[in-house]
Amino acid sequence: MATGKSTREAFGLALAELGAELNDIVVVDGDVHNSTRTEHFAKRFPDRFFNVGIAESNMVGVAAGLASSGKRAWLASFACFVMCNAYDQLRMSVAFPCLDVKVVGTHAGISIGEDGPSQMGIEDVSLACSLPNFTVVVPADEPSMTCAVRAIAKLKTPAYLRAGRPNVPIVYENGCDIQIGKANQLRDGKDVTIIANGLMVSAALAAADQLASEGIQARVLDMHTVKPIDEAAIASAAADTGKIVVAEEHLLHGGLGSAVAMAVVKQKPVPMRFVGLNDCFAESGPPEGLLQKYGLTAADIVRAAKELI
Amino acid sequence: MADISIADLKTKAKIIRKEIITSTTAAGSGHPTSSLSAVEIATALFFGGMMRYDAKKPDWPDRDRFILSKGHAAPLLYAVLAEAGYFSADQLPTLRKLGSPLEGHPNMRRLPGVEASTGSLGQGLSIGIGHALAAKMDKKDYRVYVLLGDGETDEGQVWEAAMSAKKYQLDNLVAIVDQNGYQQTGPTAEVLDLRPQGPRWEAFGWFAQEINGHDLEAVLNAFEKAAQTKGRPSVILANTVKGYPLQDLLKADPNHHGKPLKADEAEKALALLDQMVT
Ligand SMILES: Cc1ncc(C[n+]2csc(CCOP(=O)(O)OP(=O)(O)O)c2C)c(N)n1
Ligand SMILES: [Mg+2]
Repeated sequence: MATGKSTREAFGLALAELGAELNDIVVVDGDVHNSTRTEHFAKRFPDRFFNVGIAESNMVGVAAGLASSGKRAWLASFACFVMCNAYDQLRMSVAFPCLDVKVVGTHAGISIGEDGPSQMGIEDVSLACSLPNFTVVVPADEPSMTCAVRAIAKLKTPAYLRAGRPNVPIVYENGCDIQIGKANQLRDGKDVTIIANGLMVSAALAAADQLASEGIQARVLDMHTVKPIDEAAIASAAADTGKIVVAEEHLLHGGLGSAVAMAVVKQKPVPMRFVGLNDCFAESGPPEGLLQKYGLTAADIVRAAKELI
Repeated sequence: MADISIADLKTKAKIIRKEIITSTTAAGSGHPTSSLSAVEIATALFFGGMMRYDAKKPDWPDRDRFILSKGHAAPLLYAVLAEAGYFSADQLPTLRKLGSPLEGHPNMRRLPGVEASTGSLGQGLSIGIGHALAAKMDKKDYRVYVLLGDGETDEGQVWEAAMSAKKYQLDNLVAIVDQNGYQQTGPTAEVLDLRPQGPRWEAFGWFAQEINGHDLEAVLNAFEKAAQTKGRPSVILANTVKGYPLQDLLKADPNHHGKPLKADEAEKALALLDQMVT
């Protein structure tokens, strides 16, 4: 797989493109636009860009007010800062009144590396899923992030979009289509299904290759939308393969695994395994080393799949 | 200023106060004293010609916005909106009842005229900034009014908002602090003393006025002055009495926070209001 841009960079570029087409898009920043890449939008549309300083609570409220007066409001910060620092504001000023505010959390997961746990969003998906009215999307790579930005822009309701820091392999080499709430099947197989999103999609494909070389055929689903989850795709996976592994760069509690498990139990209970951060913070270190140490690699997915077979 | 006289405004204020007392007593819960202290502020805005609105068109893009950041004073907002014609006053007795859009705290999705869903203190000023920025972008001349409690200004978000409003020179934004001197667990002077607030807001770049918040003429003048102020946001520090004008009736518990008057107290309160000269 060729390496593409980071999903944050893809987000920033896509948002700027969208800004050229829709002149009612406004962007609110909390002094991190060079990290979140809303700088691309800021450079082109300075009159529609508001940097309110390091004040996430206010940032969310300002976006809510802009949306209330008819703007399509976007805001971006580190996943941990916007979700954890301004959660009540997201809950009360955005989710409850169901406003058209798009929240983008960058630097999600542990693959940010050396900056360490204070900057790692490892609970953001769980928190976003706990906000009624929110759609939650976790794109895997550059092309799918570009599609996802456009897909959520069409919604009139709030959404959370998760982006990562490092450059990531291109999963969708031949372009892609992101439909909110509809999983993309990247590979078919009859023995086990691997459901993943974000950074873990490329790991899932590598795991499927490894399993195939050992005679195990794995289906791979990119579950880019965590809420609303694609129950139909999960039900088919359960019925057709009888075993499911979920992989995510997030705490196991309340993330993709929890959402998939709920659907599985509802539709057709089958044995499952979960690859993710197991109730712990990570630490500083190089991204690759961290993913290995904390069990977020293709090898971990292979091991989990074999446990089921 | 509008053609309405101070005497007429006092009559409006009296009607609103009665609705606050009656609706909360009927509901058996709610925040009457927090609502009563801000009656003149809201009356001046909605009926003193300070705000431009059309109750038949609650989503009119050019309307002035009133955001009740101290959302627990919902009974005040509901009484004012009913009096302004957003919905019938017959609905006021449904306050806090199952199925009623007059929820314990304002819900903008259920009731016309409610500009923001509030109840978690500290959030309304930021929302007001968003509206005010949108007005500047769209070259519209609508104004944004945000009513806060004095206890509410303990919240850090209020000061985050104050800083950013100054950055964007939002002279179409007015914050009003209902300085009734009490918050949930006691006097603001004891819980967290922020007075005098004027120098604080001025240090954040705002134009600050401190007034008697029950003097309608003073309130109207302050709004006029705020409207004439260019290049920076305005704050009106309104010195009020929590539960006004029932302070004698409530002297055993002057804060009387978050509880309705008992039926006999409510009766006395209504009689007292009737005796007041307008
Ligand atoms: C964020 C938040 N914390 C706590 C509360 C609970 N609460 C409701 S009213 C109140 C006191 C408010 O005091 P003040 O702002 O002075 O309003 P007043 O009732 O005096 O008008 C508190 C603490 C709340 N609603 N929101
Ligand atoms: Mg008070």
